[in-house]
Amino acid sequence: MLQIKPILAALKRHKAGTILIALQIALTLAIVCNALFIIQQRLDRIARPTGMIETDLLTLQNRWVGVDDEKTGPLIRADVQAIRQLPGVEDAISINSYPLRGGGWSTGVRTNPDAKKSETHTTQYFVDDHALATMGLKLVAGRNFRSDEIVEMDPKAVVASSQIMVTKTLADKLFPDGSGLGKVVYVDDGTKPSTIIGIVERLEVPWNSSWSDTFLDNAVLLPYQLTGGGTSYMVRSKPGQLAAITKSVPETLYKLNRMRVIPSERGVRTYDVVRAQAYKSDRGMAILMGVVCLVLLAITAAGIVGLTSFWVGQRRKQIGVRRALGATQRDILSYFMTENLLIGVAGVVVGALLAIGMNLWLVTQFEMARLSLVYVAVGVVALLLLGQGAVLAPAMRAARVPPVEATRSV
Amino acid sequence: MFGYYLDLALRSLRRNKTLTALMVLAIALGIGASMTTLTVLHVLSGDPMPGRSATLFYPQLDPQDMDGYEPGKEPMQQVTWIDGMNLLHAKRGLHQALMTGGAVPVQPAQSGMDPFYADARYTSDDFFAMFQVPFLFGRGWSEADDNDKARVVVITRTLNDKLFAGKDSTGQTLRMGDSAFRVIGVLDSWRPNPHFYDMNMGNYVASEDVFLPLTTARELRFDHNGSMDCWGTGGGDEEHLETAPCVWLQFWVQLSSTGDAAAYKEYLLHYSQEQKAMGRFQRPPNVRLPALMEWLDINKVVPGDVRLQTWLAFGFLLVCLVNTVGLMLAKFLRRSGELGVRRALGASKREVFAQLLVESGVIGLAGGAGGLLLAFLGLWLVRKQPSDYAALAHLDMSMLLITFLLAVGSSLLAGLLPAWRACQITPALQLKSQ
Repeated sequence: MLQIKPILAALKRHKAGTILIALQIALTLAIVCNALFIIQQRLDRIARPTGMIETDLLTLQNRWVGVDDEKTGPLIRADVQAIRQLPGVEDAISINSYPLRGGGWSTGVRTNPDAKKSETHTTQYFVDDHALATMGLKLVAGRNFRSDEIVEMDPKAVVASSQIMVTKTLADKLFPDGSGLGKVVYVDDGTKPSTIIGIVERLEVPWNSSWSDTFLDNAVLLPYQLTGGGTSYMVRSKPGQLAAITKSVPETLYKLNRMRVIPSERGVRTYDVVRAQAYKSDRGMAILMGVVCLVLLAITAAGIVGLTSFWVGQRRKQIGVRRALGATQRDILSYFMTENLLIGVAGVVVGALLAIGMNLWLVTQFEMARLSLVYVAVGVVALLLLGQGAVLAPAMRAARVPPVEATRSV
Repeated sequence: MFGYYLDLALRSLRRNKTLTALMVLAIALGIGASMTTLTVLHVLSGDPMPGRSATLFYPQLDPQDMDGYEPGKEPMQQVTWIDGMNLLHAKRGLHQALMTGGAVPVQPAQSGMDPFYADARYTSDDFFAMFQVPFLFGRGWSEADDNDKARVVVITRTLNDKLFAGKDSTGQTLRMGDSAFRVIGVLDSWRPNPHFYDMNMGNYVASEDVFLPLTTARELRFDHNGSMDCWGTGGGDEEHLETAPCVWLQFWVQLSSTGDAAAYKEYLLHYSQEQKAMGRFQRPPNVRLPALMEWLDINKVVPGDVRLQTWLAFGFLLVCLVNTVGLMLAKFLRRSGELGVRRALGASKREVFAQLLVESGVIGLAGGAGGLLLAFLGLWLVRKQPSDYAALAHLDMSMLLITFLLAVGSSLLAGLLPAWRACQITPALQLKSQ
């Protein structure tokens, strides 16, 4: 570290180059920090659990054609019965929507019917007593619906049900002391009370856009089978039979009656596909950010190598003089390493400020959270190491300059 | 002289191939990334109705009750049936149309074809004239058809190809939802981007396949899609949508000139006051009249991710340029000796400067060409994505030109500082140190 003064003196003669490397390091740091942060946010979203057991699960979209919306109840019942009897099928339900499908019912929920504002938002899933088994939900308190509690319901005339199941998150939100089971709540802004008879560990809402983030795990299960123009089916296969039932279920449905449309696109999807499609843009963004980071780091490293190589070439004579005057190869190596470290430190200091500034700007422009300083710290270390790594090769070349160079002219 | 400089530049670039490749690659990557994202942004934020968008307006009223009233809040995004019909029949604009989206079950006459749902638009007669919708065969319906709830339908070219093998199908019968409709028009390809007239369907979806009168669709109780906001005791009950306190329709008006907007807004204000006097509206009149492009801004149609990617790409380009500036600076300064000789032999500062700029221009051109290739590759990748707008991502002439200007401009800019620094050297000093 004794060498800092002469290094600074030498850098003064290369002001433009020094500033450019520092600037490049600073910009790279700012972009990489924010990109890493965005990647982490997207990965967090993708990793969110739905609360279901997602293996061996099949989803279907069915729309009726040429049937009155009110008269589809028996047809849906027949469909579900037929699917449940298929070989390879563990269980099946008809449901209005499911996690990551997009599109569903959302409503307010309150514990006091006279309250003007609802306490929180929730989604509503209309299911029967097979929902827990089909979706693979974990009941943590209370009981499941009984088959005699299931009622057919016109979606245009849905009223609150006297018995409901809710997710633990919703129960704890409404009753923070954890005493939700058996309590009465008011769903759908109505005054008809609903008693919580069961609590499931977790079940996500059907949406995965940011607007539902505030009530992501709030769900109410109602013992209704909706009629209407369309419905979703969820089918759980016996282990390893998913591929087989993906073919047999739609075939069976069409054989049962043809007054239906199962769309060719998104009509029949295994849950893996549902998940992949729901998070495709998030994953794409994360990959893009990752690629940009890597390319940026590579370019910055290449820039450092290039510029340092020039400096080494330019100073061969001076290096030779130093060597002739007794400097060891180590001294020369550490000279260039220290020089790079000094520039790097200047760069990362500016870069850290830039990164935070850029994040503050992104927060105002996009739906972004505040950057955690951990990312800045990681980025700082990474860029300093990158600089040291990049400078190593030219510095070693400098160290190998023989003392005799001092006697040569250019 | 230019030819000679070019020759010098090529010689110099050949001398250090790795470095040249690095500079070209960095510029190419920066340009490629910027152009890909900029093209997507350009496509997505384009004007769906060029030449006409300035005279298309989307009137907003505030028909809600006093519950949750906050002065100055944005009025509702759609209109009720009553207000929509009132504005439609008032005919205060050049053209006006009331509409909503929907889905209709189509029952093909061919035995081999399963019934399917087609996206539909239920609207009024002026829709086609107002939005300059091109017709392949036939025409749109008339006001009389709207009033008579006529069973007439206009289909797109795609659907016509599918159902009628692309022949002129006007006069043919199309069965939808158990009713027989007469095809009166077939549209030519038409895909305004964004899907500005109803953004509930997705901002960049293709246009609907089936168009029929709103009044007919209501009489047959066809499913309507989109968002519906109700207030008070209102429910979105299908049977009473005409009277329900719910907004679920889009109303567009075309005025003869932009200058008429103030008068139309005045009319909306009077209308609101009148409705308030009648007791239908409760809130103080709160009307807006955004023009098409303003409406797109209000709705933030361009996805945040796309804007974010564009900023990222330009940040990337900036780093690439700083990198190139640094490398060129080092390169030019290293040639101080050579430049000193040229200066001593009589070349002026200007000439040396020009010579070095030619060299950086060559790098810029090569980088620009590479960037263009990368942009084509990038856009091809974008088109593979599942988003609504994926198919739209194509490079047009203006973007092509911008790419090249950006490439050459930025690398000349990158060459400026190094060239200036390099021609500042004193020839005598350089020669002495030789």
